[in-house]
Amino acid sequence: MINMTNQKSKLLEETFNSFFDISTNVSKDIELLDQIVADNVMGYGTAIDEKIVSLVDFKEMIKRQGVQSQGFDIDWKRTPILRRLSLDGNVAIRSDDITLVINTQGEIMKKLLRFSLILEFQNAAWKVIHWHSSKPEEVSTATDTFGIEEWREKTLLLEKMVADRTAELNKQKEELEHVLEDLRTTQNQLIQSEKMASLGELTAGIAHEIQNPLNFINNFSDVSRELIEEIEAQTAKKQEERDEELLSEILSDIKQNLEKINHHGKRADAIVKGMLQHSRTHSGKKEPTNINILADEYLRLAYHGLRAKDKSFNAALIVDFEENLPHANVIPQDIGRVFLNLFTNAFYATNQKQRENHAHKPIIWLITRHIGDTIEITVKDNGIGIPNNIKDKILQPFFTTKPTGEGTGLGLSLSYDIIVKGHGGNIAIDSVPGEFSAFTIRLLLDK
Amino acid sequence: MKILVVDDEADVKSLFLQRFRKEIKNGEIDFDFALSGEEALNYLNDHYSEVVLILSDINMPGMSGIELLSKIRQAYSVPPPMVMMVTAYGDEENRSQAISNGANDFLTKPLDFALLKDKLKHLYF
Repeated sequence: MINMTNQKSKLLEETFNSFFDISTNVSKDIELLDQIVADNVMGYGTAIDEKIVSLVDFKEMIKRQGVQSQGFDIDWKRTPILRRLSLDGNVAIRSDDITLVINTQGEIMKKLLRFSLILEFQNAAWKVIHWHSSKPEEVSTATDTFGIEEWREKTLLLEKMVADRTAELNKQKEELEHVLEDLRTTQNQLIQSEKMASLGELTAGIAHEIQNPLNFINNFSDVSRELIEEIEAQTAKKQEERDEELLSEILSDIKQNLEKINHHGKRADAIVKGMLQHSRTHSGKKEPTNINILADEYLRLAYHGLRAKDKSFNAALIVDFEENLPHANVIPQDIGRVFLNLFTNAFYATNQKQRENHAHKPIIWLITRHIGDTIEITVKDNGIGIPNNIKDKILQPFFTTKPTGEGTGLGLSLSYDIIVKGHGGNIAIDSVPGEFSAFTIRLLLDK
Repeated sequence: MKILVVDDEADVKSLFLQRFRKEIKNGEIDFDFALSGEEALNYLNDHYSEVVLILSDINMPGMSGIELLSKIRQAYSVPPPMVMMVTAYGDEENRSQAISNGANDFLTKPLDFALLKDKLKHLYF
């Protein structure tokens, strides 16, 4: 440096720093500009036609920038390009490349600026007499010194894009929800058709089960009418010729018959009610239920249902009930459907085996046990068993080994849902292919 | 004449006893009852010679009526007892299956007792 005292050099550095800090709004001390900027300062800004010809204008520009950059976290990085002093040491030129780093909500944006200053040493102070800043990037507005406005517009554009994308996503979400709703409806319809399919399986069994009590009702009422005719015949006789013993016997029979008529009427009633419950769309309420009675009822329905379709079929039904089984809190028609499904499968498996081997004697076991706080119900058959490679698939919806049209493939998956999701129980499967299959349901008793 | 009635419905007994009250009282017909094919075979072991007619339901859990029929035909040939089959499913398939297994007659439920009595009368005489 020529003719530069250390103090003058230091002052130049301070002036330059102050000017830069104020110009970049890092310092808010605009009034300091009076001391370090010439009144007739002339400069070019980065915006289109941004031309400053006085200190007053310059201050205005700084203020405007201050407003524009408000709320932004801006960091300035200076890289010196040129440091030059006139021969007499009274004029200094400084050029810097500047990087603006704008941090907005974690998102970093960088802008490049070029900045040149000419300072003159007047009256023992350095004053900026000219400055020029430019952006290497395209300039699009007249007042956007740092490109913040442009950036803000880009941000707005970005925000609009985000909003558009969000709206699109929301629309897709709604569409998906709609699709999901459709799927739920379809699923419900499938569940209902599975119910109706199993009702179809039941129909023949129900017809048979109702026919028996109806026959008894007809027969016992018919017999009772004959008995009353006998009473009338007796009472028509003279007192001493009447067979009093026969009369009391007949009366006792009539009373008994009426009880039987009542019993079989109730039996038919229970079957019809069970059938109605079975076909109901909405599941019922949990109620204390005698699992022995429920399982036995469905075992008979399933058996007679199959017998009605295939008269050559016959199976030994071995029932082994825990006596005094505590009532379980279950939805009877749902658990009934599970039983029906397990029995139907068991009969099917033994029937298949009988087709392979005519000497095969189908046996179905129905076993209940009370173990600790659990009720165990096992449905076992000596049928074809479950091949190892499908053991993990049989609980999946739509999986069926039956020929097309014979099974919905929903029976076991619905049974699984009813036991596991509906009643918090579990189903264990045990099978040796060619030998047997056993399904064990465990239901927790309420404490 | 002793008749063995085989049916898994227990009330069949009460019904037959009332329907045949007079015949029983007059000593024309004597009934015994079995609730399953297995029970019927056990009964026949001890009472074979007494039984003239077996009236069996087809549709029973465990041993079916048809099975019982063929077992009776195998085990008891001299003199062969009369066997009438009874079923709720009165179709031709059931009937031909019963007849081919050696049934003497085939009746459908609900039982027509007047018809049954008529058939028995002709057996008797």
